[in-house]
Amino acid sequence: MSTISTDTHQHAGQHDADHGHHHPPAGFKRWFYTTNHKDIGTLYLLFALTMFFIGGLMAMVIRAELFQPGLQLVQPDFFNQMTTVHGLIMVFGAVMPAFTGLANWLIPMMIGAPDMALPRMNNWSFWILPFAFAILLMSLFMEGGGPGFGWTFYAPLSTKYSGDSTALFVFSVHIMGISSIMGAINVIVTIFNLRAPGMTWMKMPLFVWTWLITAFLLIAVMPVLAGTVTMVLTDKYFGTSFFDAAGGGDPVLFQHIFWFFGHPEVYIMILPAFGIVSSIVPTFARKPLFGYASMVYATSSIALLSFLVWAHHMFTTGMPVFAELFFMYCTMLIAVPTGVKVFNWVATMWRGALTFEVPMMFAIAFIVLFTIGGFSGLMLAITPADFQYHDTYFVVAHFHYVLVTGAIFSIIAAAYYWLPKWTGHMYDETLGQWHFWCSLISVNLLFFPMHFVGLAGMPRRIPDYALQFADFNALISIGGFAFGLSQLLFLWVVVKCINGGKPATNQVWEGAEGLEWQLTSPPPYHSFTTPPDVK
Amino acid sequence: MQAPDHLPLLRKLVIITVLMFGFGFALVPLYDVFCDLTGLNGKTSTMAATADRAITDQQRTITIEFLARPDPKMPWRFEPEVRQIKVHPGEIKVVHYAAENPTSALMVAQAVPSVSPGQAALYFNKMECFCFQRQTLKAGEKLMMPLQFYVDPALPAQFSTITLSYTMYDVTQHSPAATGAAVYQTGK
Repeated sequence: MSTISTDTHQHAGQHDADHGHHHPPAGFKRWFYTTNHKDIGTLYLLFALTMFFIGGLMAMVIRAELFQPGLQLVQPDFFNQMTTVHGLIMVFGAVMPAFTGLANWLIPMMIGAPDMALPRMNNWSFWILPFAFAILLMSLFMEGGGPGFGWTFYAPLSTKYSGDSTALFVFSVHIMGISSIMGAINVIVTIFNLRAPGMTWMKMPLFVWTWLITAFLLIAVMPVLAGTVTMVLTDKYFGTSFFDAAGGGDPVLFQHIFWFFGHPEVYIMILPAFGIVSSIVPTFARKPLFGYASMVYATSSIALLSFLVWAHHMFTTGMPVFAELFFMYCTMLIAVPTGVKVFNWVATMWRGALTFEVPMMFAIAFIVLFTIGGFSGLMLAITPADFQYHDTYFVVAHFHYVLVTGAIFSIIAAAYYWLPKWTGHMYDETLGQWHFWCSLISVNLLFFPMHFVGLAGMPRRIPDYALQFADFNALISIGGFAFGLSQLLFLWVVVKCINGGKPATNQVWEGAEGLEWQLTSPPPYHSFTTPPDVK
Repeated sequence: MQAPDHLPLLRKLVIITVLMFGFGFALVPLYDVFCDLTGLNGKTSTMAATADRAITDQQRTITIEFLARPDPKMPWRFEPEVRQIKVHPGEIKVVHYAAENPTSALMVAQAVPSVSPGQAALYFNKMECFCFQRQTLKAGEKLMMPLQFYVDPALPAQFSTITLSYTMYDVTQHSPAATGAAVYQTGK
């Protein structure tokens, strides 16, 4: 894409900065007061990993209950709370903070900036997150339990038939939203104002591009989510009637507003993944990315189209046929730019000198499995068919393919890819391969049979099921436990890599290109204090 | 390098954020307008219709089904006098709904209509309806409530049955008329 020159004088400058008066204070204060993009990136990533395991534990409770038909372990009410909080934590606590962490670590290094543009706000946007999730998790222990109305908190379930934990739920979502908005503003300002001289728009790495577009999606729709939860709050506690038919409101309106946020939100969780895969595949194919410009345009068009498809979540609410067809065709249109992306990744690998280190394995698995998720998405987009699939395990299978084998696999791939750069040590390749194969097999055992039980009519979000689904559900649960345990391997690899290992070279990977690979491994605490010259 | 001034861009982004927060709320009236135009949500007009366009179309017969239910938390008895009638488009009909307050307290209620299929709501015109006002019933009081309506002859041909469903909600808490104990009841 671009050649980069950094002269020796500049390296000396960084060296001085590293050993000068810029040393961070030690201990808790370092992390609590830090405005350094690398520290904040690390905090985000560790937070996301913690939340991934907490949300994962809830998934284990769900799968344990569904291992057999009938009610064994938990009460239906608690089961509902588990599905709700599992969804909220994985979406807002694991996937989104992990991407923000990657953005913090990588964007300044990739565009040759010394730090994020608004470092103090960066500190705030991270440190309010633990409070948001503490509030959400504590609500599980209050009388009447936590939120149990699904992560989509449809009215009137969340306004009329919910417990008092709803207020805590609303406040925690407010805080999460503020955090994401601040993070997004920071990313936009950094990319607009702090690119190194010569880093033109069409030279930016795709991870930076996809994050820029994601950040615009975030500031466009997170405020709408904040508005939605505010309306739920006032409907429940302050006598307004946004969603209450008795006062002239309309519960279906809730779904329109929610999914106006919700559909761009699902692209917020996948566009950075596209950027990650577009970084990894060229490195291990030792070829430049095929169709760089078309990747940028495809990402932009996916983002724009995401505002025109929300009602495909609501085909069964009784819309006029014209509207159903409109949303069906718009949804199917998204398959075109997505297909361009998949084509470009495959074309990048075509006749490349491929090697299959762990990041590449996860990236390839991403391409294949995300495409499966995309295809089931196309099936769901077919309006008449959706009446059959709606609210079944087919939907659960679809969004777990795009979110687990899509977003989460890309985050894991990114962690393996950049861990040597971050820590200065290579991770344990053997353990990493074990982690990959265990994850790959178990995740498919976990989610693939969900397609079948879904097509056969098993409803989602129900703690019990008809007897004919018993065998498949036992298999799914075994896959679930195996996938959960496999992630402990990942934890082991990460801890081991942080603590030591074979020293990593600056470039780390033979085919890696980009500014971050010009820095030492690990990079100095303050990097690119003088901007590099990008040619 | 001179540190760039982030403030102008920051200001723009904050304005976008605030505007989008407002847009979320603007969707509420926008949705109502959109539904009024398209009949998307099966809501009928809250205004009394006039019959000046009512030219009876004797060729067509439309079945009108009447449903009524009190909200689950509402103790009133509430049901239609007839379950179903057949009308010609343009023909003006009056039906009655019975309401009874079996409690020992004065209560105020609001009936909210919904028409299915939703698009037919645009053609279902009410000239007089108990749902236009709140209904106040004293303890144990019974009331026959009229509904006068006609179906617009422009009703598209694919509709042969229209279901009109009312849900009766308790709005005593929100009703200023019922806050005083000695309120004189002015119901019909």
